[in-house]
Amino acid sequence: MDRDNLVAPQSTPTEVTNGDAPPARPHRRAFSWTWLGVAPFFLFAILFLFLPSVSIFVRSFEKLGGGFTLQNIIDIFTKSDIRSAYAMSLKVSAVTALGGAFFGFLLAYAVCLGGLPRWARSFMLSFSGVASNFAGVPLAFAFVATLGNMGLVTRIIEGIFKTDIHQAGFTIYNFWGLSIVYMYFQFPLMVLIMAPALDGLRREWREACENLGGTGYHFWRFVAMPILLPTLLGTAILLFGNAFGAYATAYAFTGSFLNLVTIVIGAQIQGDVLYNPGLGNAMALGMIFIMSITMLGYAWLQRRAARWTR
Amino acid sequence: MKRFPLFSWLWLILGLFYFFIPLISTIEFSLRMLKGRYTLEAYRVAFQDPRFYTSFGYSLLWAVITMVISLLLVVPTAYWVQLRLPKLRPYVEFVTLMPFVVPAVVLIFGLIRLYGRPPLVLTTTPAALIVGYVVLSLPYMYRSVDAGLRAVDIRTLTEAAQSLGANWLTIIKDVILPNLRVALLSGMFLTFAIVMGEFTFAALLSWPAFGPYIEEIGSMRAYTPQAVSVMSFAVTWLSIAGIQWLGRGAPGQVQTAGAR
Repeated sequence: MDRDNLVAPQSTPTEVTNGDAPPARPHRRAFSWTWLGVAPFFLFAILFLFLPSVSIFVRSFEKLGGGFTLQNIIDIFTKSDIRSAYAMSLKVSAVTALGGAFFGFLLAYAVCLGGLPRWARSFMLSFSGVASNFAGVPLAFAFVATLGNMGLVTRIIEGIFKTDIHQAGFTIYNFWGLSIVYMYFQFPLMVLIMAPALDGLRREWREACENLGGTGYHFWRFVAMPILLPTLLGTAILLFGNAFGAYATAYAFTGSFLNLVTIVIGAQIQGDVLYNPGLGNAMALGMIFIMSITMLGYAWLQRRAARWTR
Repeated sequence: MKRFPLFSWLWLILGLFYFFIPLISTIEFSLRMLKGRYTLEAYRVAFQDPRFYTSFGYSLLWAVITMVISLLLVVPTAYWVQLRLPKLRPYVEFVTLMPFVVPAVVLIFGLIRLYGRPPLVLTTTPAALIVGYVVLSLPYMYRSVDAGLRAVDIRTLTEAAQSLGANWLTIIKDVILPNLRVALLSGMFLTFAIVMGEFTFAALLSWPAFGPYIEEIGSMRAYTPQAVSVMSFAVTWLSIAGIQWLGRGAPGQVQTAGAR
């Protein structure tokens, strides 16, 4: 085959890719139309993923009337409402990523290695698959029905303790409330990713550790944790990005009470609330920047984690 | 001698509480429309609203169009990359990961700015919405199709068909697609679940859809929004249950995370 014509920088003719047998037909060095098969896909990606991103990038550096400026980027770091939006988004993402990772890991451990009956494991995994998809507007309304003024849990607490928690100052329409809502789709994702990793801990490793006189502590500290750590951290990073880009849940839950980056960008789309299109672009660019870093971190950690999967 | 796994039970029960209390609360809430007793009144009211049907219908329509386009984009590409252009794999995977790097709000922001004016205007038609949904579905569609292709050794199958004299149409129709049925169906179910619950794109582009409809009645009425939420949960639940039923026996491949 004539793949070599295609991606010149990467391909050295001697390179053996993924152990495939060499092509049966002899090399034909003519121009090939093979790449046409993937052309629609890449055309779509260029038009609707790359160009919008590039346009956001370019316009972040545009003055109101046209021309180059760094002011929009500087504004992101200096304007207090934009800074507080970023701070809030980062805080919600970090808290729910850590909380989701912690709770999700313990749950995955409990159902995989914790000595629970088999149904617990399959049930937890199935339900995590569903719950990680319960997001957006219905999830927000579910929590209003749970912990809102007339929510079930609110009324149960009122029934037992004879106090109205909302009159005592409790509200779910704040940072912690939103974090509780986000946790609903965060920890199931952790369970889904952690369970296969925990299953990958081989019996032999534990036995080898015991044969060498190691205790449970030694096994976890020197064998299991080093193996699981890249997956654990990588998933925590994934959860971070998952919360950072969330819009629908936050919008339906708090309206515009909470000043998140996604909410501000959404408002900017509906009407130029920042009175500066360039600043909107710069905020979007900031999100892309943060998400890129999280995904790079995730990819790097996943590569490290993959060393132990075979 | 085995100890009773108290610690594990504790976490399991906590997890089950977290899963179920909001669901039970939503259902309970949706039944409380009439004072003092549980009725299906909220559901009756929900079903009376003609916009319930139109927005649901629109979402169905968007979902079907998205599934078709997503399949047409992903299946040939994944097949071709597997068969002829393995060197492109990292690039294709990079593209399918892009939707994670560019959140929905940011993507829609870029699309509106770019395609809201000539030379190419898409925002006046549902095209921009569909484009957004296709982008959203790419990672899930690609992953499930790619996993399906890897599982059946597509190269050997194709070469075997070729050496028996099959033409490309026959290869695709009678050899490849039947082997990919489960992968395609789970990709489609997932796309369906994502589009049916999606809010961001439809709301910001102002097209009728189920997600914005729920949000809208949420600001107007009590109880009915929860009733509609229960139905929305049911749609998601059925889609995912479909995927898990299809994928039974196969190792848990499908990872999910839809419209946030």
